[in-house]
Amino acid sequence: MKYALSTLAGATALVVSLIGGPAMAEDDGIVVYNAQHESLAKEWAEGFTKETGIKVTLRNGGDSDFSNQIVAEGAASPADVFLTENSPAMALVEAAGLFAPVDADTLAQVPQDYQPSTGKWVGVAARSTVFAYNKTKLSADKLPKSLLDLADPSWKGRWAASPSGADFQAIVSALLQLKGEAATADWLKAMKTNFTAYKGNSTVMKAVNAGEIEGGVIYHYYYFGDQAKTGENSGNVELHYFKNQDPGAFVSVSGGGVLASSKHQKEAQAFLKWVTGKGGQDVLKNGTSFEYAVGKDAQSNPKLVPLADLQAPKVDAATLNSKKVTDLMTAAGLL
Amino acid sequence: MQSAVDLSRTSLPPKTRRRTHRRVAPWIVTAAVAVSLLALVPLAFIIWIAIQTGWETVSALVFRPRVGELLVNTTLLVLLSVPIAIVLSVALAWLTERSDLPGGRLWAWLCVAPLAIPAFVHSYAWITLVPGLHGLWAGVLVSVIAYFPFLYLPVSAALRRLDPALEDAAAALGLGPWRVFRRVVLPQLRLAICGGSLLVGLHLLAEYGLYVFIRFDTFTTAIVDQFQSTFNGPAANMLAGVLATCCFVLLGIEVLVRGEERYARVGSGAARHQQRMSLGRATVPSLALLVITTLLALGVPFVTIGRWLLAGGAGVWRLDEIGLALGQTLFLSLAGALLATIAAMPMAWISIRAPGPLQRLLEGCNYIVGSLPGVVIALALVTITVRIAQPLYQTLFTILVAYALMFLPRALVSLRASIAQAPVELERAASSLGRRPLNALWSTTIRLSAPGAAAGMALVALGIMNELTATQMLAPNGTRTLAMAFWSYSGEIDYAAAAPYAFIMVAMSLPLTWLLYVQSKRMAGR
Repeated sequence: MKYALSTLAGATALVVSLIGGPAMAEDDGIVVYNAQHESLAKEWAEGFTKETGIKVTLRNGGDSDFSNQIVAEGAASPADVFLTENSPAMALVEAAGLFAPVDADTLAQVPQDYQPSTGKWVGVAARSTVFAYNKTKLSADKLPKSLLDLADPSWKGRWAASPSGADFQAIVSALLQLKGEAATADWLKAMKTNFTAYKGNSTVMKAVNAGEIEGGVIYHYYYFGDQAKTGENSGNVELHYFKNQDPGAFVSVSGGGVLASSKHQKEAQAFLKWVTGKGGQDVLKNGTSFEYAVGKDAQSNPKLVPLADLQAPKVDAATLNSKKVTDLMTAAGLL
Repeated sequence: MQSAVDLSRTSLPPKTRRRTHRRVAPWIVTAAVAVSLLALVPLAFIIWIAIQTGWETVSALVFRPRVGELLVNTTLLVLLSVPIAIVLSVALAWLTERSDLPGGRLWAWLCVAPLAIPAFVHSYAWITLVPGLHGLWAGVLVSVIAYFPFLYLPVSAALRRLDPALEDAAAALGLGPWRVFRRVVLPQLRLAICGGSLLVGLHLLAEYGLYVFIRFDTFTTAIVDQFQSTFNGPAANMLAGVLATCCFVLLGIEVLVRGEERYARVGSGAARHQQRMSLGRATVPSLALLVITTLLALGVPFVTIGRWLLAGGAGVWRLDEIGLALGQTLFLSLAGALLATIAAMPMAWISIRAPGPLQRLLEGCNYIVGSLPGVVIALALVTITVRIAQPLYQTLFTILVAYALMFLPRALVSLRASIAQAPVELERAASSLGRRPLNALWSTTIRLSAPGAAAGMALVALGIMNELTATQMLAPNGTRTLAMAFWSYSGEIDYAAAAPYAFIMVAMSLPLTWLLYVQSKRMAGR
């Protein structure tokens, strides 16, 4: 009995210590739900901490799971700041009324085009849709003129995408806003027959590079990032920009917002201001993310096609409908 | 063996047996029921969401072509991988335990070692070696390689402790070696094969990372896709419902095949050591089988990781980042393993000592929760903690509970097998000598099952170390485990930066796997 009791006591003590045990997160500073690339967010966080002394704890995930998670958490959310790769996730949280208004001087740092009219969140970076293709398998004159062309039977089995990713879903949300529900549903149905699914845009590019498939719909920076490293996954890849206000020329705005439930409003707002200010935007220009800078007077990496030359379609970032997109994609059997 | 069972059963009047059980039961039964109910929470959550969603939406989400595709994929994967893994494991176990194969001990260890390599690292290695690898057969190949040790371990342990007297008797009655194997040895391996197959099958249903690399869609990958798109949308939960049903089916099959035979040896003295059979001319092909298996299961991952480490050079060893991840992973693994083992103990005992329809139902709860993908359990716990038990949200406690639930089957199967080996007569003797029930249990069965408990803990810790999806959802803010870091880098196709994490995961798992190996030897008294 002696042994049994001591074991029982030990087990109880363990369980109790675990309940009240050490939290792994720091209690001071701010918590950022980060759906951006980890390396970029880490650079931002470190730069901000260095300048202000405010500690930043990152929780990494994806756009859609975080936006829905924040809605589920409601007022109890531990997050102070939410950073995304695309706008639909911001729109979802905004629609749930969970964002605090962004400070006016932060909004003033970013042009109107890269923030929603409501001022509930602000653009922190941008990325362009591209058709990445294998230059040995596809010549420039055979490229699709529009994203919509990829629904054509002649493209069957020739292109790839990562439908489960928030990036591709943002592109579909732009298509939905520009062309309407019926056209989008038809396009997705054709896509299901025509395309090959990969998980992650990097994987799509890797497959294109290896010649497993002719081309893929991804964002521009995967190519530049790989070129800056070893180029082993992009040596045979060329980027095709649709331009011409095509849905495929969609420029997606990455957003940042402060949660109304945050108990560190001042620090959270300061973080957003820093990211959209010179410090944060210079990280985009000089770092390895190759995303576009969006701040007024901010420069993007000179290797990129200038944002102004992309002829992107006009899309209202605040009303991109992620819910409708996933419903349509689920109905098309893509999810 | 059959007669020994009947003898021991009839030798005790039914009344005595019932009283023994009644005296021990309440404590253990309460604990077992509590754990089983907790294990039901994720499933109840899915059902609750389904009811809230309404039948029309549910049927639209379940009866659609996509679900059909996934069902075909998942079913084929299980139907192909499990039998291949059984044949391979039995062959390897027989060669390493019962034949005079040169270097038997080394080979035995090499057959367990693939467990130290997380399934998604196997896949990462294969996709590096054969970049275009994808689809069903790729899935079968990597699954068998990654999971056959789950079968090899129990089968070889069972082979090792068989009493050779039975085989001698069969041979003396005129059976040839093959028929002795088929009619005497194989039936005695039934529990081991059933338990191992169930574990393999459940892992196939729940695995995520392995199939993402090779682009093979199963229910679990589809659920994660839905989760990433909608967080807790009904579509993810409906897919999880179908997946849970698949698990019911596997479980049902295992219960049917397992039977109720008794496998403990009763008799005076100890069993003789077995004679190893001479392979003769079959030595070379047998060695070839082991060499090929080892090359595929260990050679490929090690060479790939080595290659990426070389390519990455010193730059990929970001020591501060890696050290932090290592510490957090170790802590989570050990704490979770302890919790899971404690939680599994009552049910394991009841399943051997007092089996019955109700007990099977309860035991089933434990397996179902373990078969659910980490995301589903995590999703249930996230929603429950965020809505009802807010103070527990994103705490260490919640993630450890999730781990315990996810890995209950591992702890349970190991414990069950070792309790089955501890003769119930010892408990009764201890009771009749005046020990109080809990004390009697402690000084007999629990002690005898300690090797099984340790093996179970090692298995659970291994699982936690490689767990990804639930960790990402439930972990306290700022947590970054080795698996999370590995996944994040390999997602960006930065295979070189991911390599140190893969290397450390393997290096940390190897001692646990070694422990597992040693324990399985010790169980056989050697």
